Amino acid sequence: MSTASSGFKLGEWIFTTDHKRIGILYLIGSIAAFAVAGIMALLIRIEQAAPGPTIVSDAFTGGDQYNVWLYFHGAAMILGFLIPGLTGFAANYLLPLMIGAKDVAFPRINALSVWLFWAGIVVALLTFIVPDKPDVMWTGYPPYSVTTAGNTALYVFTVHLMGFSSILAAVNFLVTIIYMRAPGMGWNQLNMFVWSCFTALIIQLIFVPVLAAAVTLLLFDRYLGTHFFDPANGGDVLLYQNLFWFYSHPAVYVIFLPAMGIFYEIFATMAKNPIFNYKAAVYGGMCCIVLISGEVWVHHLYYSGMPDWLRIGQMVTTLLISVPVGLMTISLFGTLYKGAITFNIPMYYGTASLYLLLIGGLTGIPLAMTVMSVHLGETSFTHAHFHFIMGIFATFSVFAAVDFWFPKITGKMLNPAQGKLGFWLNFIGVNITFWPLFIIGVEGMPRRYWDYSQFPSHFAGYHKVATLGAIIVAIGMILTISNWIISAIKGEKAPDNPWGSNSLEWTHTATPPGPGNFPAPVTVDATWTPYSYKR
Amino acid sequence: MKRAVSALVLTGLGVVAGLAEAKEKVAIPDPAASWNQLWHHVLLDLFIIGIIFLAAGLYWVWKYRATRPNQIGEGPQLTKLGAIGFAVVPAFLFMADDFFLAAKGWTVWNEYRNVPRNAMEVKVTGSMWSWNFEYDNGVSTTFMVDSKEGEGLVVPVGKPVVLRMTSTDVVHSFFLPDYRVKEDLMPGRVTYLWFNPIKEGETLATCAEYCGNRHAFMWTKVKVVSQADFDTWLAKQKQGA
Ligand code: HEM
Ligand SMILES: [Cu+2]
Ligand SMILES: [Cu+2]
Repeated sequence: MSTASSGFKLGEWIFTTDHKRIGILYLIGSIAAFAVAGIMALLIRIEQAAPGPTIVSDAFTGGDQYNVWLYFHGAAMILGFLIPGLTGFAANYLLPLMIGAKDVAFPRINALSVWLFWAGIVVALLTFIVPDKPDVMWTGYPPYSVTTAGNTALYVFTVHLMGFSSILAAVNFLVTIIYMRAPGMGWNQLNMFVWSCFTALIIQLIFVPVLAAAVTLLLFDRYLGTHFFDPANGGDVLLYQNLFWFYSHPAVYVIFLPAMGIFYEIFATMAKNPIFNYKAAVYGGMCCIVLISGEVWVHHLYYSGMPDWLRIGQMVTTLLISVPVGLMTISLFGTLYKGAITFNIPMYYGTASLYLLLIGGLTGIPLAMTVMSVHLGETSFTHAHFHFIMGIFATFSVFAAVDFWFPKITGKMLNPAQGKLGFWLNFIGVNITFWPLFIIGVEGMPRRYWDYSQFPSHFAGYHKVATLGAIIVAIGMILTISNWIISAIKGEKAPDNPWGSNSLEWTHTATPPGPGNFPAPVTVDATWTPYSYKR
Repeated sequence: MKRAVSALVLTGLGVVAGLAEAKEKVAIPDPAASWNQLWHHVLLDLFIIGIIFLAAGLYWVWKYRATRPNQIGEGPQLTKLGAIGFAVVPAFLFMADDFFLAAKGWTVWNEYRNVPRNAMEVKVTGSMWSWNFEYDNGVSTTFMVDSKEGEGLVVPVGKPVVLRMTSTDVVHSFFLPDYRVKEDLMPGRVTYLWFNPIKEGETLATCAEYCGNRHAFMWTKVKVVSQADFDTWLAKQKQGA
């Protein structure tokens, strides 16, 4: 595909230490996770299309089947798809190229990261083989995760493997960005994507160990008879929830930041514009998010019996997140101002992201308000909110990244007609899926329910529409992903710099780049930026 | 003259304060109504921000599309002052909105957490798979999740109800969609919520924290009846027990 000159050898790929190949291995793994988790999403949605058993066998065991699908969907989408898709695939492939480096700082550790990730995928997939399938949801709250008959160890080991993989990757890339930038490249000349990964990985490095600790204690409680989370023996149920969200809220920024980074790159390139107010977005936006991200986790515990003063205090910090996110948003929108925008598949996703970011971000505001969330939390309103921002905005960023850098990675062009059709189905489908869920969410439809017979009968209509939307998305996804596979094999040959970008990965390397990335060592001068298009 | 004015102002303030206090004594807030009102304010707020950004974004995407090949954008290189201005001014606007919403949210939150003094207390215990309700006079009724047998939560109309809640096994959550409130139940802690049943009728309480394979069925009825009916019901339960 990319760097191989002597045909395809499996061994070369497995033992590769080339960051570009490792990136591709991450991409394949995360798209596989996305596909299986997507099939789970379809099963979940079809089950919810009507009250009472639809595809589960009967009312009594229905919950058991549905909960395994939902567990796998949530865990695989976040741990197996979004985080590795962004900080695994995109960061691996692009960071060294964007900063003009030959590879990452520790290529063999990089190989270890991707192996651990693949091991994590395999362990996660064991879900479908073991008789005691895990059913603890991706949050794994005790006491349920300790007392259930399901296999909590699989959940814990998946988190361990993915977590260890991300910690190694974080160290590796941070060192790479700090020490391996091309001579002359100052911090204010970095690509937005590099900055977004830099900040996301700092968050990753600080918080993943907390999650690893939390699930390890869970493992001890479950299998070794400790009582960390067991109040009957001096433990505390809320301790786990605090530890879990102390990581898992910052984790949404590990996803959100690189997703924004990708759209900045696409906007600047397609509009041939500099980033609007670069420093405000980097220092006031991204760096500020790093500072605030660890002080807002209680917004997931607004109705969990936390002290009232903490619920109010973290309402304020949570609302204040709108300041850095707002600055980043202004900068993203502003990058289009007076631009010369070319529309192609990546830019279709880019344009959609403006809308998705707004819907996802604005619906987060009521959820940030303690008293609003006491009604809206754990309903399908919350569900639609996080799907708009994570399930669609961030997912679209991965798709846009693949589409945008596809010529670079494969040396081929995508089929534009199929790509655009796929985009429209995806975009229309997600709106049909998630808007109805906002509406019944406000009326009280809880999440994680496979049956809802106790609610007014009109809920079923909304659920049916949502299911129809999911089927449309499924068709869109099949078109999108098959386009990648077919075009990688027999697409049209790509020119070296099809989008006319000014970023190093396009201007200074071959398409696709060979081993060692750059034919000659890269240096940049003080006037260079990835976005200085010649007037 | 000055004195007269200040005396007037002071009495005015005193009267207002007194009225406010008097009002507080009689009127018990209805948190659900306050929630609905706040929701409309918040929606309006979101709508305005959303429209501004969306209109700008869509207009720019349309207006600034490239018209000839290899065209270069003419986006502004901000001056130092411009850059600072475009960071500080929006930051303060966002902060202003944040504090505005936080203040409004906090006001309603106080209604949610300050239990009126005359509230009737009911102890709620969640279990896999039942809801148990225990009243002051020792009456205890259980609603079975699978068979849907049991009374549910029965309360008299017009009297605030405070629920003191705990769980015997895993985390559950007592969610009253019509009263716009929920709070988790867990072993080892007692949590509370209160609501104001101003209207007779039957509504729903349903579990909102994942608790296993009957989670979706873990609901019960909330019946608001007249004080007289409630007294008869309670007496009957007492005899039955
Ligand atoms: C458009 C495709 C998708 C559809 C149709 C879909 C549908 C669903 C449904 C029906 C649920 C369960 C709702 C419930 O029972 O309350 C769910 C939960 C969830 N989804 Fe998706 N989803 C999609 C994509 C994604 C993506 C890309 C992500 C990546 C972040 C994601 C993350 C989650 C998470 C974290 C949960 C919560 C799981 C839990 O409750 O533990 N979904 N999704
Ligand atoms: Cu959060
Ligand atoms: Cu439950």
